[in-house]
Amino acid sequence: MTPSNQHDEKKPFPWHLVFFLGPGLLIYVVFSVYPLLDTLVLSLYNEQQGQNGFVGLQNFITLVTDDTWSQAFWNALGNNFKFFAIHMLVQNPIGLLLAVLLSSPKLRLSGTYRTLIFMPTMLSVVIIGFVWQLLLSPIWGISENFLYSIGLGQYFDAWLGKESSALITLAFISVWQFVGIPMMLIYATLLNIPDDIVDASVVDGANSFQTFWHIKLPLILPTIAMVSILTFVANFNAFELIYAVKGALAGPDFSTDLMGTFFYRTFFGFQLQQGSASMGAAVATLMFLIILVGVMLFLFFIQRRIQRFQF
Amino acid sequence: MFNVRSASPEKKIATKLTCLAAILLSSIGTAQAANGLSIESWRSDDANIWSDVIIPAFNKSHPDTKVNFAPTPPTEYNSALQAKLKAGSAGDLITCRPFDTALDLYKDGYLANLNDLKGLKQFSDVAKSAWVTDDGKDQFCMPVASVIHGFIYNKEIFKELNLSVPKTRDEFFKTLDTIKSESRYIPLAMGTADQWEAATMGFQNIGPNYWQGEKGRKALLSGKEKFTDKAYVDTWKELAQWKPYLGRGFEAQKYSDSQNLFTLGRAAIYPAGSWDIQTFNNQADFQFGAFPPPVAKAGDTCYISDHTDMGIGINASSTNKEAAKVFLNWMASKEFATLYANAVPGFFPLSDHQIDIKDPVAQEFMSWRQQCESTIRNSYQILSRGTPNLENQLWNVSAQVINGTMTPEAAAKETQEGLEQWYKPQQ
Repeated sequence: MTPSNQHDEKKPFPWHLVFFLGPGLLIYVVFSVYPLLDTLVLSLYNEQQGQNGFVGLQNFITLVTDDTWSQAFWNALGNNFKFFAIHMLVQNPIGLLLAVLLSSPKLRLSGTYRTLIFMPTMLSVVIIGFVWQLLLSPIWGISENFLYSIGLGQYFDAWLGKESSALITLAFISVWQFVGIPMMLIYATLLNIPDDIVDASVVDGANSFQTFWHIKLPLILPTIAMVSILTFVANFNAFELIYAVKGALAGPDFSTDLMGTFFYRTFFGFQLQQGSASMGAAVATLMFLIILVGVMLFLFFIQRRIQRFQF
Repeated sequence: MFNVRSASPEKKIATKLTCLAAILLSSIGTAQAANGLSIESWRSDDANIWSDVIIPAFNKSHPDTKVNFAPTPPTEYNSALQAKLKAGSAGDLITCRPFDTALDLYKDGYLANLNDLKGLKQFSDVAKSAWVTDDGKDQFCMPVASVIHGFIYNKEIFKELNLSVPKTRDEFFKTLDTIKSESRYIPLAMGTADQWEAATMGFQNIGPNYWQGEKGRKALLSGKEKFTDKAYVDTWKELAQWKPYLGRGFEAQKYSDSQNLFTLGRAAIYPAGSWDIQTFNNQADFQFGAFPPPVAKAGDTCYISDHTDMGIGINASSTNKEAAKVFLNWMASKEFATLYANAVPGFFPLSDHQIDIKDPVAQEFMSWRQQCESTIRNSYQILSRGTPNLENQLWNVSAQVINGTMTPEAAAKETQEGLEQWYKPQQ
């Protein structure tokens, strides 16, 4: 074949790609990419108090340096990290433990446990918030009597109302609700481990703990990493539970304020406070950047080092 | 799954018909909205009253206009309304929050000017003040109702403990002491979980007696008084004294919890807004009464918060403005005032008509207008325009003062500093 000949036989335009990818891409662009870009652009404008114009990065500078904004911003961000830390330290280890227990062939009724533990994940956050408020209520709740019956009554307190404990309590409620997700993901991976590998380790004389530590854990590490990143993204987008239990003012004294509630107050306004679309867009952009940086750090430092095994 | 290739002509027709049906169905909703009037409101509690009492009464004289009351829950109202107005899907009549929230809607062109509305003649300037522009020239909502603050008490508990209604602060705290020491009842039914009660039922309820109502409110506006002045610090000091009389775990007690504690007869006194009367009428099976915020010495002038809370305006982009005006003029009538005040006891009409209120507790609240000087909440006019938002700050610091996590002086300092950040007369 001569080069000119090759030129003549140009491949036809791949219309089938447009046909199959087009609708999905269109929906994605219109409902996901465009709003995101629009938010980024909006955060560079100011439409407060009648002014409307391009202000560059001023909104971000205000947000991070101006006392009236930065206090709330850093407070919300700090709370967000605490919220995330509790999930990482409590939710994921418990999820792992439950998955290991469930995957044990000796356990009976494992299907029932699996369903029961996964159930709260499917309920609405508003219902979860309402139910836990009732359970923990110092007036009507049953938790006080429950604690008394096991001899710990004097430790009962209005946990959802105290600055020191409100955020932790909310984080535990969220952990309780979502522990089913890491459990199911890790459980599925555990079930995928071929029996021969486990059998081989037993033949080699490993006890069940050694089998878990040296055989199973390395094989489920990629799943644990994925669970962590999912937790990170979900926690930094968290909003509903706080709003349902504590309202947009995230009391007492903003001790339960997360980026999500801070964004809500800024964008939509609250009570007599008027919402500011441009300032809200700045907060949303920062949330997006924080999540983006977190995910990128994860990809560079953790994801690349994880070894995957093919069975 | 759809198999594109095998779609027969019949199937295509069926698909087209389905699409057509969907379009027709969806257009019915909009068609109805165009024929009648739709009212946006945050009073979801009143939906029955509107459909059973008020709208039928209007339809007696105006049988051709269909009215639809379409409320949103109070906490979502502001943002939902703003979103609907921006999208052009809001109703013809808009229930207005007082002052800046409604003023901003007018400035943004969402509310119609009502200057030539005949019904407005029925209202005094004070009543109209919550819905005019700062220069007093343009009226954009018609006043509907105000709410009055005070305390509601359980008459049976008072009788049981041989208590009389307290008139002065000393008597008030003596009463609370008696309830606390001589019975198992909770003296004061209030929590700080929602924060707003601390400011609205606490600070704005007892405060006017300290800052002398309108005098103090105007002095704050002009910059003559500061939140760090004695009147305001003293208000927070009294709030701080409430703590021992609240129920156990009040920090996690929500507004509905407080209402329930009172209606179940477990609490004796409830710091109230008059809008609570309706709830208590429905739920409490005991007699209750009301008393105004106690004064310092017997015989002192008393001040009450008689807050212009609700107005109604016309959506500037409504296609049905004439009918909306007819409806507003009817709402300015004595007929509506009487109907409304008796259907929704605790919301007091702002028009000049003399009307009879049948509910005894609502009557009691209303009678304070004769004995005491009225004022409105000091954070509502102008002062909540900037960042940080004064109303939100008052919620936060008042709740903290009652919780005991902030001193009254620190509360005063924080609020004043917040105001000085953006409000020129205070700088």
